[in-house]
Amino acid sequence: MTLLIEPDFGTPKSVHSDVVTLEIDGVSVTVPAETSIMRASNLAGISIPKLCATEKLKAFGSCRLCVVEIDGRNGTPSSCTTPVADGMKVATNSARIDVVRQGVMELYLSDHPQNCETGDECEVHAMAERVGLKEVRYSGRTHLGLQKDESNPYFTFDSTECIVCNRCVRACDEVQGTFALTIENRGFEARVSSSGTSFIESECVSCGACVQACPTGALTEKTLLTIGAPTRSVVTTCAYCGVGCSFKAEMRGDELVRMVPLKDGGANEGHSCVKGRFAWGYATHSDRVTQPMIRDSIEHDWKVVSWVDAISFAATKLKEIQSKYGVDSIGGITSSRCTNEEVYVVQKMVRAAFGNNNVDTCARVCHSPTGYGLNQTFGTSAGTQDFESVEHSDVILLIGANPTAAHPVFASRMKRAIRKGAKLIVVDPRTIDMVRTPHIEATSHLQLQPGTNVAVINAMAHVIAEEGLIDRAFVESRCDLESFTQWEKFIREAENSPEALESSSHVPAHEVREAARIYANAKNASIYYGLGVTEHSQGSTMVMGIANLAMATGNIGRPGVGVNPLRGQNNVQGSCDMGSFPHELPGYRHISNPKTREIYENIWGRKIKAEPGLRIPNMFDSAISGDFKGLYVQGEDIAQSDPNTSHVHAALGAMEMVIVQDLFLNETSKFAHVFLPGTSFLEKDGTFTNAERRINRVRPVMPSKTGKSEFEVTCDLATAMGFEMGYPSGAAIMDEIAATTPTFSGVSFDKLDELGSIQWPCNADSPEGTPVMHIDRFVRGEGRFMETPFVPTDEHTTRKFPLLLTTGRILSQYNVGAQTRRTANVIWHAEDVLDIHEADAEVRGIADGEWVKLSSRVGETILRANITDRVPAGVVYTTFHFPDSGANVITTEFSDWATNCPEYKVTAVDIAPSLKGPTELHLHSTEGDVQLDSIIRMANQIAANVPNSAAPEHAVAHHLVQFWTPLMRQRLESEADRSLLAPAVIRALELELNSSRS
Amino acid sequence: MKQTVLYISKDSASRSVGSDKIATRIAEEAKARNLDITIVRTGTRGALWLEPIVEVLVGEKRIAFGPVSVADISSLFDAHFLNGGDHSLLLGPTDEIEWLAKQDRFTFSRVGVVDPLSTSDYEQNGGLQGLKRALELSADERVAEVMDSGLRGRGGAGFPSGIKWRTVAQLIAPVKYICCNADEGDSGTFADRILMEGDPFTLIEGMTIAAVTVGATEGVIYIRSEYPEAVASMTSALHLARQAGWLGKKIIGSEYDFDIRIRVGAGSYVCGEETAMLESIEGKRGVVRSKPPLPAMQGLFGKPTVINNVLTFATVPAIFAHGAKSYAEKGVGRSLGTQIFQLGGNVARGGIVELAFGTTLEKLLYEFGGGTRNGKEIRAVQIGGPLGAYFPKELFDVSMDYESLLAAGGMLGHGGIVVFDESVDMAEQAKFAMEFCALESCGKCTPCRLGSTRGAETIEKIVHGIEAEKNKKLLLNLLDVMTDGSLCAMGGLTPLPVRSAMIHFAQDFEPASQGAQR
Repeated sequence: MTLLIEPDFGTPKSVHSDVVTLEIDGVSVTVPAETSIMRASNLAGISIPKLCATEKLKAFGSCRLCVVEIDGRNGTPSSCTTPVADGMKVATNSARIDVVRQGVMELYLSDHPQNCETGDECEVHAMAERVGLKEVRYSGRTHLGLQKDESNPYFTFDSTECIVCNRCVRACDEVQGTFALTIENRGFEARVSSSGTSFIESECVSCGACVQACPTGALTEKTLLTIGAPTRSVVTTCAYCGVGCSFKAEMRGDELVRMVPLKDGGANEGHSCVKGRFAWGYATHSDRVTQPMIRDSIEHDWKVVSWVDAISFAATKLKEIQSKYGVDSIGGITSSRCTNEEVYVVQKMVRAAFGNNNVDTCARVCHSPTGYGLNQTFGTSAGTQDFESVEHSDVILLIGANPTAAHPVFASRMKRAIRKGAKLIVVDPRTIDMVRTPHIEATSHLQLQPGTNVAVINAMAHVIAEEGLIDRAFVESRCDLESFTQWEKFIREAENSPEALESSSHVPAHEVREAARIYANAKNASIYYGLGVTEHSQGSTMVMGIANLAMATGNIGRPGVGVNPLRGQNNVQGSCDMGSFPHELPGYRHISNPKTREIYENIWGRKIKAEPGLRIPNMFDSAISGDFKGLYVQGEDIAQSDPNTSHVHAALGAMEMVIVQDLFLNETSKFAHVFLPGTSFLEKDGTFTNAERRINRVRPVMPSKTGKSEFEVTCDLATAMGFEMGYPSGAAIMDEIAATTPTFSGVSFDKLDELGSIQWPCNADSPEGTPVMHIDRFVRGEGRFMETPFVPTDEHTTRKFPLLLTTGRILSQYNVGAQTRRTANVIWHAEDVLDIHEADAEVRGIADGEWVKLSSRVGETILRANITDRVPAGVVYTTFHFPDSGANVITTEFSDWATNCPEYKVTAVDIAPSLKGPTELHLHSTEGDVQLDSIIRMANQIAANVPNSAAPEHAVAHHLVQFWTPLMRQRLESEADRSLLAPAVIRALELELNSSRS
Repeated sequence: MKQTVLYISKDSASRSVGSDKIATRIAEEAKARNLDITIVRTGTRGALWLEPIVEVLVGEKRIAFGPVSVADISSLFDAHFLNGGDHSLLLGPTDEIEWLAKQDRFTFSRVGVVDPLSTSDYEQNGGLQGLKRALELSADERVAEVMDSGLRGRGGAGFPSGIKWRTVAQLIAPVKYICCNADEGDSGTFADRILMEGDPFTLIEGMTIAAVTVGATEGVIYIRSEYPEAVASMTSALHLARQAGWLGKKIIGSEYDFDIRIRVGAGSYVCGEETAMLESIEGKRGVVRSKPPLPAMQGLFGKPTVINNVLTFATVPAIFAHGAKSYAEKGVGRSLGTQIFQLGGNVARGGIVELAFGTTLEKLLYEFGGGTRNGKEIRAVQIGGPLGAYFPKELFDVSMDYESLLAAGGMLGHGGIVVFDESVDMAEQAKFAMEFCALESCGKCTPCRLGSTRGAETIEKIVHGIEAEKNKKLLLNLLDVMTDGSLCAMGGLTPLPVRSAMIHFAQDFEPASQGAQR
């Protein structure tokens, strides 16, 4: 394997439909109109010297190396900035051109180190040689005495090597959109500057775009200087967020030198963020556990054992539990950070080896409502667009997502679209960056109260319906009219007007009206949303409300429009696709469908249960009730990430066998009996599927540090439990997925290697994948409108807890921080802080930077106060990256009515100054029959949220059958106090009884 | 008793030699003598060597006295200058002062004559006639009028204005701009400033004609920060024009909307380069853009934009008022109409000389300029600002038009003429050209950013005899690199003064030499 050098044709591709034919050095070249001469020439194989030009940036024309001569034109124009013209005759070499090129290089070298520390990384010396420069005759003033800026943990800025080509400045502006860099001074004194301060103190977000753009060693990864030049590259996929950036892992032997974003990467097109680009050091961190460990009790110390012993210990115990407590007493959790192949194998193990459907995924706690909501309305659980689509949007509606922090590479693309003229509407309780950031200003910011998303989306839809802005042609040709008619009647009711909902949402009615008009009147309007939509008691309702809005305005089925969940983790989409949910087999096919089960039963040789298994919160409830005793958790730290920590701890503590498969010991492993060391993304062989349904290859760049691939370990456990499982490679697993899943039938590793990536569905109908979905018809046929009554959450402020806490994350840290906390990223965020509005701080005597006690009805923690106007008065905000801060000690057991996605975004809290500072986390103990309480609450929530127009009991009953385990239904029916149940639930139970009798 | 009207310039140049104090003292003296006078503050006539000039309206004629000093005031009154009485400073009727009478004032016809901020004065002196006629013409006829006049860009590039206007007129865009380049940074030039201070409505009218011709609705005048009086004058004039209905919605009752705002530069020479000016107006660093795209196609904020110099726009009203032919019949060859020459440096009679193209340098230097101020021989003349070539005596017979100057290795530029006497060290001047470029280069392209500094260093070595021949060769090589390689005229033309100095004044580059007089 060698170092992959991607070609750089110098200037961006022209998308012009006309073509132009010209002659370059006597060679006839035909290219799209508006192509630069440089690009045309490079495409024809005639390379023109350049230093300031690169195809990711607009032509700039500063280095003057690329000058050419054109017949009939004066002078020596730069080929990067001069577009082609029909019949043009260009000469790329002449004595006159040589004078300029050699002269330019002589000038460069007169103010450049003779030997660059970065070696070949600096293109200057090689370029001088290429243009035939023999000697440097100048002497005089130089900048060689300037000091290096080493303040950034990941890269250095050495101004002495800088040739002021502006590529870094332009990359920061055009690619990243942060505008942190500039040129200071003019003439000879012109120098690249991080706007007058050091890089670390500047606005720089360390995305690495400048480092990548730099043609010299002026901006260089520190690892390149410490490890040395890479010798080979492996193309792989980032393991952080759901953008799924493609990278070249550049290696020197088995050592990773740097991660360089791949220009051909479908999701990122050569861009990156601080996490993917630089924060990969955790993969080789000394905290990595690389040998299996077991213990009989969580009171004991870990004992390192062989793989065989660990697997055998785990399998024996799991079998014992099943024989003692029943087949349904164990389950597994798949990880959205693992590959599709690893996830598929875990769900297969649960369904086939464990013999139940108790498999769930961490997507439960993030995007399960997306799955439910988009499935109900469109017929499939996925975003409708590719990322590129946003560049065709005229209006972007951004709801409950903070892309500059959580999806930075996509945020850059979105910002580019806005800089080109797209309007932005932000719906968020917080003033996120996108509301106002350099060269970006939201047209409208609907700053709603946490928990009132549905009120706002309904009000917008109400305006659209009332003001005649519905795209009736689209609705009539594409949607289910019966559902539309019902929905229209519902949405036009006065209670859904912006005026009626203003008191709940706190958004002035006229602002909602204006935003609705902007969205509805746009030629192409798109919706992007994040966990601020899903992590609510009405998460699923909101997703359906979004889908309704898009359908009603005809914003589905072409570039520039659509409904797009921004997925939190690298493989949330994939882990859901792979059948991780207890009620679904791969490809979102319900477990109750005998035909689907048969496909798998035939291949696996095992019967699959027809009833849904337990969801993660149900598992916890069951564990506390004593019915659930064994759990296999892959790559998720549920004890830190899941809500209501005391509840989770109680559940884990009640289990007899907890198997954790992870890179590091974590909060969950404190409750574990078996620790199976996992592999980092750098060791995996498989695929990740990003938020745009793009299946990307994850290639092993180094050998597994545990000696085993992660799917192999799962297979070993299944085999030890008596179900023979094994695959020679990740490719073989994908072949099984393709063979059993219609939307994946055309996918294989070979095809991925050939195409780079594939967006599912990929099958006979679309052999190269599907960038935009629902073009001529919805996956379910006709788009279905769903009634979305606004039901305020039960989690409301009280005198005791007068503020609302909402949670999220920041750019430099990721999720529970297991990875990013083990990198230099802590320089930007070393602890979680609590954002408090000045008014709320002042009345409580809280000063900026002081410790505050944050308490909710379920727990207390201590955090440092950050007084800011990013949150409105009445709302506080924190992140959950550090276990010590215990944000989830505060969050409650409340969850989405349809999917049980936790209501992370709304918790009633109070804050008070804390003189003592951080202490032990204070957990309120769990009391009573937790499971029964949950069952009752969940059932009533379903009744409140199903459409109230038709007979709601049918909808409730249907929901219970679709998503609840038989045991849960049974407890509801036989144990729940009827006086605590909503009438629709009681009637649903009667229906259920009747149907089971008949 | 009848009130006597006096005219005293309030132009910055006149004020710099005391016109304000003169005006105040005359008013005081008149009061003391119980004489009823009124003083109208005008722009300057451009005869700066005679400033401060005091003009007295006697009958229909204005009688000029100058240059007046405070010490002369009492004697002027004693000599009954208010009635045109004889005095040693009496210059005669202003119109008949030979230096002015020999000029062909077309663009500058009102400058120095009118009260710059009087809309009625403006209209009484032919103002708005051009715009009114333009409004009577069809769109095509307006473009044709500019084409037929032969008007070329007076900023220095000499590009035919009609072609530029036609390009913008033919583009379809939601918004188009008219940008006036008033970043008059060339050394030895001052015509833009004098016009803006002396006849600001002309510029507004010219820009308005451009706007109705190309379909623009917004105008910007980019004025250098070093011109506070011009900024003040234009600001007031814009305000008055809006009040008069000359700007804003439905200008002078027509169907057209047009308004103009002012942007003040931040002290960068290169922002006089049109694309750097656009960047600066957009609020960015004043850095040159690559062309294409031409500003006519994608100019201010990416929209079609007419960019012209002050003098170009200011010439347009008269062209429309008097017809294209009246302008095109002046001049020679492809250089039609008049040029506003600015005589400066070591010259006896400096100021504005507006003449038809085709006069000679000699005539300007001696007939108008009267040789050097200190009486020494003229040794070199730089034409066209700091990027213009130096002309030796042997070339003083050059015809003053675009083509002839080009053929002689120079350029007309913005029409600035700076005179140097025999004591000038031309190697120093060459070095200064490089140093000026180093100081003012925007820093974007390599030949200009690094070449200018290396150029100055290399000339320094040459004059100190350090490897003189090798360095001369290197310098000539550098001039080629800068000429062919630079992104804009800043770096591209800096070689012009250097090369002309090396060719015409080679002896100054000999190490032994200490300049001509040494």
